[in-house]
Amino acid sequence: MTAVTATPRPTATPRPAASADPGASRVRAFVTPEGVDLRLRIGDAAERAVGYVLDLLFINASLLVLFLAAVGALSVFRNDAGEVAFVIWTLLSFLISNGYFIVMELTPRAATFGKRIMGTRVAARDGGRLTAEAIFIRNAMREIELALPFRMWLSAAIGGAGPALGWLFLLVLLWVGVFLFFPLFNRDRLRVGDFVAGTWVVKAPRERLGIDLLDAVQATQSAFVFSPEQASAYGVKELYVLEDVLRRKDAKTMAAVAERIRAKIAWRPSPDESDAAFLAAYYGALRARLEIQLLFGRRRKDKFDVG
Amino acid sequence: MKDLQLKSQRFRAEREWDWRRLDGLLRRVEGGSASSLSDEELLAIPVLYRSALSSLSVARATALDHSLIDYLEGLSTRAYFFVYGARASIRDRIARFFTDTWPNAVKSIWRETLFAFAVAVVATLVAYLLVSQDSSWYGAFMDQGMASGRDPSATTEALRETLYPKLTTHDWLSALASFLFTHNAEVTLGAFAFGFAFGAPTLFLLAQNFLMLGAFLALFASRGLGLQLGGWLSVHGTTELFAVILGSAAGFRIGWRVAFPGDRTRIEAAAAAGRASAAVMGGVICMLAVAGMLEGFVRQLVQVDWQRYAIGWSILAVWLAYFYLPRPARPPS
Repeated sequence: MTAVTATPRPTATPRPAASADPGASRVRAFVTPEGVDLRLRIGDAAERAVGYVLDLLFINASLLVLFLAAVGALSVFRNDAGEVAFVIWTLLSFLISNGYFIVMELTPRAATFGKRIMGTRVAARDGGRLTAEAIFIRNAMREIELALPFRMWLSAAIGGAGPALGWLFLLVLLWVGVFLFFPLFNRDRLRVGDFVAGTWVVKAPRERLGIDLLDAVQATQSAFVFSPEQASAYGVKELYVLEDVLRRKDAKTMAAVAERIRAKIAWRPSPDESDAAFLAAYYGALRARLEIQLLFGRRRKDKFDVG
Repeated sequence: MKDLQLKSQRFRAEREWDWRRLDGLLRRVEGGSASSLSDEELLAIPVLYRSALSSLSVARATALDHSLIDYLEGLSTRAYFFVYGARASIRDRIARFFTDTWPNAVKSIWRETLFAFAVAVVATLVAYLLVSQDSSWYGAFMDQGMASGRDPSATTEALRETLYPKLTTHDWLSALASFLFTHNAEVTLGAFAFGFAFGAPTLFLLAQNFLMLGAFLALFASRGLGLQLGGWLSVHGTTELFAVILGSAAGFRIGWRVAFPGDRTRIEAAAAAGRASAAVMGGVICMLAVAGMLEGFVRQLVQVDWQRYAIGWSILAVWLAYFYLPRPARPPS
């Protein structure tokens, strides 16, 4: 038994967008050294934005709390609290606003709290190790992307630049706009910092393993007997939709879906049968049918696929 | 045991325990307690990772349970990042940065460092000569806010006083130190990050800093205070200006690679140079923190010229030895 030490580089290439699935354009082929495609999904713009806003909230909240705590504690012991407060404020705000991202992304999960909540993490685009340098540079670039222009405008505003101030503000907005919306104009949703550091932000959610829906089916199945024609009315795509409906357990949707399926397969419901039980049983029958076909080498894409 | 009808059900029942075990181990690792894992558990992860990958392949080919495939993809991805990712703890990574990464990175940009140093010397000389000949040049180089009254119209006595401030008990020394540090750090970060614009803004910022230095020197020398100013500047200036030169050198490295990417694309070249010089910058921030301390505390507390010189230049000697002296190669861990 050997631990893996060598790093054969996996290959990450854009997957040709063939599927009609709207999420498919987010999926990138990512082949591990073992030869399995992990199908990484990159974090989309909304996830990135929400994650960043959450991080800003955490940073500012913790800054405020730490600052108040430190000043409160110190003012008890010393009477020159003004200076101490200033020092604490400058150092804390520099350390936390710059160190937070870097330290959090250096941890094994490579994600800030905001990213963790959104289920994303930072990874090296070439599939290699995520180096400390890459993390440093992707966060240092944030300085010119967002912080620097605003700081310049602020110092100009304090200095009293007069009528030029409005124009300067416009310039700052333009600058920030370019960097802020940069991720929207490339396929992989890269920030300028990601570009430079060779990183990207991908989904790496902690998924829970749901129950196997078939386990629930077994108990009730005897009440439902579907003919082979009825059990092969749909394909894989519809099976996945049905799985989704069953896991969400929304009564209205289940009623509507059950109605459609009954009509399609000409099912005559017994008076006391519930929508949930019917759907679960039909799911079991359809999946059994499709999986058997799969074993014979035929994957039926959807209900129109009758080949 | 329940009678399992479908192959996919049996498949899952047989392997589920392994997946959950891997999931549990990964949770502990991701929680930052990799060291709490026993050797046996650490060695189990790559094996479990491979078996999860094979389960994923099988599930994709034979099972039609969407949530199962999603789960396995997520699990394999997390395990992949652990197995092929960096496994050192933060403390080790930081220690390694100071013992290897930073000095090596500084050494690797020696050409750019020499160039930045040359620019600095030329800028200082130019400003010195111009201001010595005609003091009206002073205003052209000096920012009014930075000069804060130290201009040609000031009396010699006033200038002398700025070099040897009389200490009162409430002089906001530590406040000054922390402010100077964050200000300098932000300026240097900017000089570095602007390297991507072909290094031109970096050159501008670098030259501007040293033009100010030259103008300053000329003003004080004309009043016979040159030696004293030297001492005043030496305390923190050797560290701070060295840091500015290194930061600019890192910016130049990126600018050069963006302008002349060789046989790579511009973006790839910028990324490669950016990663290499990022290590330099991380360290430069630390240097600036040291410089801020020296400037805020030591310079105000030490008021004797020769002591100021001794402190400043011996610290510079330490920096140079740390970066450039050959050191025994450490065995790669």
